[in-house]
Amino acid sequence: MTRYLIRRGIGAVIVMWAVATLVFFIVRLVPGDPIAAMLFDTGDAAAVEQLRHKLGLDAPLYVQYVKWFWLMFQGDLGNSIYGSHIPVAQEIVEALPRTLSLASLGFLIALVIAVPAGLIAATRRNSLLDHAVTTAAFLGLSMPDFWTGILLIILFAATLHWLPAIGYVPLSGGFWPWLSHLILPAVAVGTTFSAIIARMIRSAMLEVLKTDYMRVARAKGLTKSTLILRHAFPNALIPVVTVMGIAFALLMAGAVVVENVFAIKGLGRMLIQGILNRDYPAVQGAVLVISAIFVFSNLLVDLLYTVIDPRIRYDK
Amino acid sequence: MSEAVLGDIALPPRRRAGWVQLRAVLWRDKKAFIGAILLTIFALLAAIGPLVSPYDPNAMTFDMLLPPSWIHPLGTDDLGRDLLSRIIVGTQVSLFVGVSTVAIALVAGVTLGMLAGYFGGWLDHIIMRYIDLQWAFPNFIIAVYLVAVFGTGLSNLIAAISLAFLDDFARVARGMVLSIKEEPYIAAAKTVGVSHFRIMWRHVLPNAAAPIIVQATVSVSYAILAEASLSFLGLGVDADTPTWGLILSDARSFISRAWWLGIFPGLAIMLTVLSINFIGDALRDFLDVRETKDAG
Repeated sequence: MTRYLIRRGIGAVIVMWAVATLVFFIVRLVPGDPIAAMLFDTGDAAAVEQLRHKLGLDAPLYVQYVKWFWLMFQGDLGNSIYGSHIPVAQEIVEALPRTLSLASLGFLIALVIAVPAGLIAATRRNSLLDHAVTTAAFLGLSMPDFWTGILLIILFAATLHWLPAIGYVPLSGGFWPWLSHLILPAVAVGTTFSAIIARMIRSAMLEVLKTDYMRVARAKGLTKSTLILRHAFPNALIPVVTVMGIAFALLMAGAVVVENVFAIKGLGRMLIQGILNRDYPAVQGAVLVISAIFVFSNLLVDLLYTVIDPRIRYDK
Repeated sequence: MSEAVLGDIALPPRRRAGWVQLRAVLWRDKKAFIGAILLTIFALLAAIGPLVSPYDPNAMTFDMLLPPSWIHPLGTDDLGRDLLSRIIVGTQVSLFVGVSTVAIALVAGVTLGMLAGYFGGWLDHIIMRYIDLQWAFPNFIIAVYLVAVFGTGLSNLIAAISLAFLDDFARVARGMVLSIKEEPYIAAAKTVGVSHFRIMWRHVLPNAAAPIIVQATVSVSYAILAEASLSFLGLGVDADTPTWGLILSDARSFISRAWWLGIFPGLAIMLTVLSINFIGDALRDFLDVRETKDAG
């Protein structure tokens, strides 16, 4: 296990290094001068040269690369070149908790809906409930998450006035203000995720219920709840965890879009605003942190297999 | 081994029988049937949309924010443009981007995956290192990163989405090639001196087609969602082309007063994606394919 952990950890570091390197070179090699963009194409040659020197962009590429990595390890990702010019690292520190709050609440809401829905659909196959779950899952898979967000705003904010439409309040501002601002975006983010998990649980449960050991368990006269929850469900979880990584990635990708619907200044909004404003240090920083979240969550899912399925051992 | 070869030869011609079966599936499977009808409608709208749209989609000639009525079945937007006409014209971009990006991703991805799987060795190593790197991230995020690099506009958008979806096809194709490569008929073809290219084209590809087709259906629906999301974020085609995502983005400030602006364009996206998902599900059952990446 330790050996596997170390190997996977090194793998994750290599992926992050590759991403960082790609980001560095792509930003500098693509046509379209960020300096010209910063001066809105109006600066004279001297001003451009001055700014280029100030940002260290006149040094040879490999010098910039080494320096960039060196600064990055010290937590310095440069300053935003648009608007308030605040350090990118500071922007990330403010944005990260917002995105993580949104994603984890979305994750939680989705599981609370998807697990019982999938179980019920599988145990009462072809019933009205099963059809309702299957159809709802199809709809959930087909709805763009930003539109789900808009629908929720129309219903719960604009019409019923139950919840605020946009914005974010940190947890330090009180639990309810924090939660009330996050519920709608979290549901929007969790819908697709929930649909995938419900479908997975349903089909995995159906597979498990057909097996011989389930027949034996039934023959032993176990109660239905023991049968489902102790014997079938844990085994049905294995394929579910397989798609969990992909589904969680989808959830994070959804957060990037949904933050922009609800005006939550998280990493997704930082990334998109950065792209629209051609603020390349901000884009660079956002890409790095978002990528790190994906790499880390992939790693986590792999480790989760071993917990859920004791048969899997990564060490020989 | 000889039995397997003889068994293959004894099989009846499969192609015709396949189509008949597929039609039977479409008839029997209610969802697939609804999906096929819906998709046909959207495809027709994409083809002849500008001819049947009631008004000029960009003409700001009507009162602003009119609710749905007989004259404007879906109402008008904040600039006095007819919403139905804009949605109909938006069908074209959505379907065109969805289908063209997946076509490009399929050709490029399958080629890379087949080369990697067939030849193995250092070629496999180089190709798959890149594919694995891309695989670590959702397609949509890759598409956003690439738009950040390429810039916006139709051709950049298509390039970004195609590249973002390429890894799925490469992985499916490589996986299929690895198992097909061990089949006796490949060894037989090699022995008779058939060229590598011909083996890949005539022997490997047709046998790897089923999962690739299923992957393509899944991908089209995710590519359509990706285009809509990018347009919504302002990273799409351009501000003058009405696309579903852009209409929704423009509508954002008015949805509390004009619900129809927030509902109908999204409904168009959902119905299109839903119809493809319905068909995809039936295809998956029909072709008996289990492993596809069910994610964008």
